[in-house]
Amino acid sequence: MQIKPILSALRRHKAGTFLIAMQIALTLAIVCNALFIIQQRLAHLAEPSGLDEPNIFVIQNEWVGASTPEQLDAKMREDLGVLRALPGVQDVTLSNSYPLRGGGWDDGVKLTADQVQDTTGATIYFADERFIDTLGLKLIAGRNFRAEEITPMNVRDRLGPPVVMVTKALADKLFPAGDAVGKTIYLVGGPTTIVGVVDLLQAQSVDRWAQSFAYRSVIVPKRLAISLGVFYIVRTQPGQLDAAMRAAPKALFAHNPRRVINDEDGVLSFKEVRAKAYERDRGMAILMGLICVTLLAITAAGIVGLTSFWVGQRRKQIGVRRALGATRQDILEYFLTENLLISCGGALFGVLLAVAINLWLVTRFELHRLSLVYLLMGVVILLLLGQGAVLAPAMRASRVSPVEATRSV
Amino acid sequence: MFAYYLQLGLRSLRKNPLLTALMVMAIGCGVAASMTTYSVFRATSNNPIPHKSSQLFVPQIDNWGPEDAAQNKGEPPSAMSYTDAINLMRDHRGKRQTVLYPVDLSVVPQDPGMLPFRQNSYAWYADTFAMFDIPFLYGGGWTAGDDEAHAAVAVIGRELNEKMFHGANSVGREINLNGRSYRITGVIDTWKPEPTFFDPVNTNGFDDASEVFIPFTRAVELKIGSNGNNNCNKDPGPGWDSWIHSECVWLQYWTELPSTADAEAYRQYLNGYSAEQQRAGRFHWAPNVRLRNVTEWLDYQKVVPQEAKVSLLVSVGFLLICLVNTVGLLLAKFMKRAPEIGVRRALGASRKEIYMQFLIEAGAIGLAGGVLGLLLTGLGMLGVTLVFEPDIAKLATLDTSLVLLTLLVSVLSTVVAAFYPTWRAAQVQPAWQLKSN
Repeated sequence: MQIKPILSALRRHKAGTFLIAMQIALTLAIVCNALFIIQQRLAHLAEPSGLDEPNIFVIQNEWVGASTPEQLDAKMREDLGVLRALPGVQDVTLSNSYPLRGGGWDDGVKLTADQVQDTTGATIYFADERFIDTLGLKLIAGRNFRAEEITPMNVRDRLGPPVVMVTKALADKLFPAGDAVGKTIYLVGGPTTIVGVVDLLQAQSVDRWAQSFAYRSVIVPKRLAISLGVFYIVRTQPGQLDAAMRAAPKALFAHNPRRVINDEDGVLSFKEVRAKAYERDRGMAILMGLICVTLLAITAAGIVGLTSFWVGQRRKQIGVRRALGATRQDILEYFLTENLLISCGGALFGVLLAVAINLWLVTRFELHRLSLVYLLMGVVILLLLGQGAVLAPAMRASRVSPVEATRSV
Repeated sequence: MFAYYLQLGLRSLRKNPLLTALMVMAIGCGVAASMTTYSVFRATSNNPIPHKSSQLFVPQIDNWGPEDAAQNKGEPPSAMSYTDAINLMRDHRGKRQTVLYPVDLSVVPQDPGMLPFRQNSYAWYADTFAMFDIPFLYGGGWTAGDDEAHAAVAVIGRELNEKMFHGANSVGREINLNGRSYRITGVIDTWKPEPTFFDPVNTNGFDDASEVFIPFTRAVELKIGSNGNNNCNKDPGPGWDSWIHSECVWLQYWTELPSTADAEAYRQYLNGYSAEQQRAGRFHWAPNVRLRNVTEWLDYQKVVPQEAKVSLLVSVGFLLICLVNTVGLLLAKFMKRAPEIGVRRALGASRKEIYMQFLIEAGAIGLAGGVLGLLLTGLGMLGVTLVFEPDIAKLATLDTSLVLLTLLVSVLSTVVAAFYPTWRAAQVQPAWQLKSN
């Protein structure tokens, strides 16, 4: 295929050529960045929580009226008994929070008492001896809490438990040698000893501000005895989740009605918790996907439209070429090559534009750098799209009969 | 002439339905994407109290020192400690001032058949109602005297009044909150600023309306904890009293300063206050204070979600591509009619007439694109819930101004896109066209 005649023909259609190239460049720039955003969000969505998610639900229970911490603690322990007695319930625990909840108690962890800056931030999970089994976590070193180690705590009490468990991510950060069990660390409330390490446990928040300590959690042997916002975490037998979720609030109210369990979000399955936590990420991925698809469709349509116009304009010339011995194949290849040339030009400019837009997004919105894979993927998609779009008009051109050459327009 | 050109334009659009449909669809999609994302952006970047946003200020005082500030680009904490809030209230340097925090209150109905329920509630000072221009349905706020007396008074919202008193005037009646009785002094008419400018720290800017308000002094006396964030830089020590006198920050402070001179004076006062605390030995660092008005505060708290900005940008890029597409298609369409233009020119039509004719035709395409865009924007409004959480999604609405804007953007951008193709059309040489025919 000779490229020179194509170039000289394009020189006579500067505007059209420029417009197609421009459209391809802009589409490439946006599609690359959108694909990249989609990938980032999906990767975020896929982060594991470490929980036995299909069988877990959470109840937010609040007490009405004034009670002493001791009374509250007794009431909560009664509730645990009520929940445990429900059919289909495997295990129950209570905590100040749970993974993906959206926020809660975070603390700074230090390695020495006189350290000024925290070594790392960490999520604080209150737990009893049933916490690990209820959530379905894996203890990989040391031991679980003993029942007698669990003590009630009021919200304004000092958080200084004698022993804690930590997640593997936190243990690795604090003690890279892997010998965290038995070591002393410092919470805001004072020193404490690590007795166990659990494998994987996601933080309460998956938002950007909590990313620096995403999987680093400290599990403390405490029951939070306050009137607001204590969570009962229930693990059911497989397949019993829905029935247990319906039965649980009824049983709790039957036992003691002076409480508030919100109708809307008082009882949440972990599936709902996950959907809520990643609402924006999922939405952003969907939106970017929609925009990509529509954009590619519109660009393809634009190429079809302009090429059709060109074919119509050049019927006579095509006829002449055919009359002079060019085969249908030659005509088809002519238009395909022409489009490839324009697309390559557009793609080249588009790659530069995509990188420029990404760099700007990085500084403005703390996004990550665009990786080369997405640029290549975008270029391939657009070249294929261009070739696909031009196929129909090019086929039509190849069917122009040599007789056209003899007709005046 | 306009009517005639419009007729010509419509006829030409009908002659080439596929090309026309392509253009209308491109413009429709581009405009709809932009308008849908713009509606979210507009709602989240809204000024919730436009007539006073430059008179209401949040002071910030660095009571944690440079080490903690360094982790936050040198900024003081976003909330205030009880000690500073009470000192500032005592000094009373603004025209009005208040301290507020979300409290954890349950409403206990008289009717034993009704279960207790929770409402978003705030504890604040009497000045707040006037500061934030809160509209009353019945009665009014409590008085400064009630603040001083730690009185058991409350203001409730319209919705709660419906629920508890069937919408009747409940001023003077009692309401049971957390097992204690409060006398109602007023019922607020619908008041739901968006974003919730008075407390973006605890609401992220969007939340259900608050329905219960009690005096700050009363809430503290009863040791009602905050339902929002509490941040401590060091251990506050055990119990309520040591917490409240610690450097933990959990309060939002607002002050009303009518003029820029007042704001300047207040800034100096804050610096002076910090310096005084330094002299007293409480702060071991030079004053580091901020004074931000409503818009600056919302901006600093990053109330507009990052997603709203990025999706608006991407959509505008999308519209741009649709327009480039339209330029190409219009060019093809107009140039196809070169012979017709040649004839018109030869018969005496000026270039200006050609411009008119083709721009009007483009306008018609733009209008059709706008109507399609309107339909798609309507659809997009339903789809917003897929992208943003319900609190934000429900703010995006297709109101009159957005309808007009959609049509305007559509027509205007299409006409702009038509400039180049029209110019090319007007350049057609009549002689050449006639000859080649």
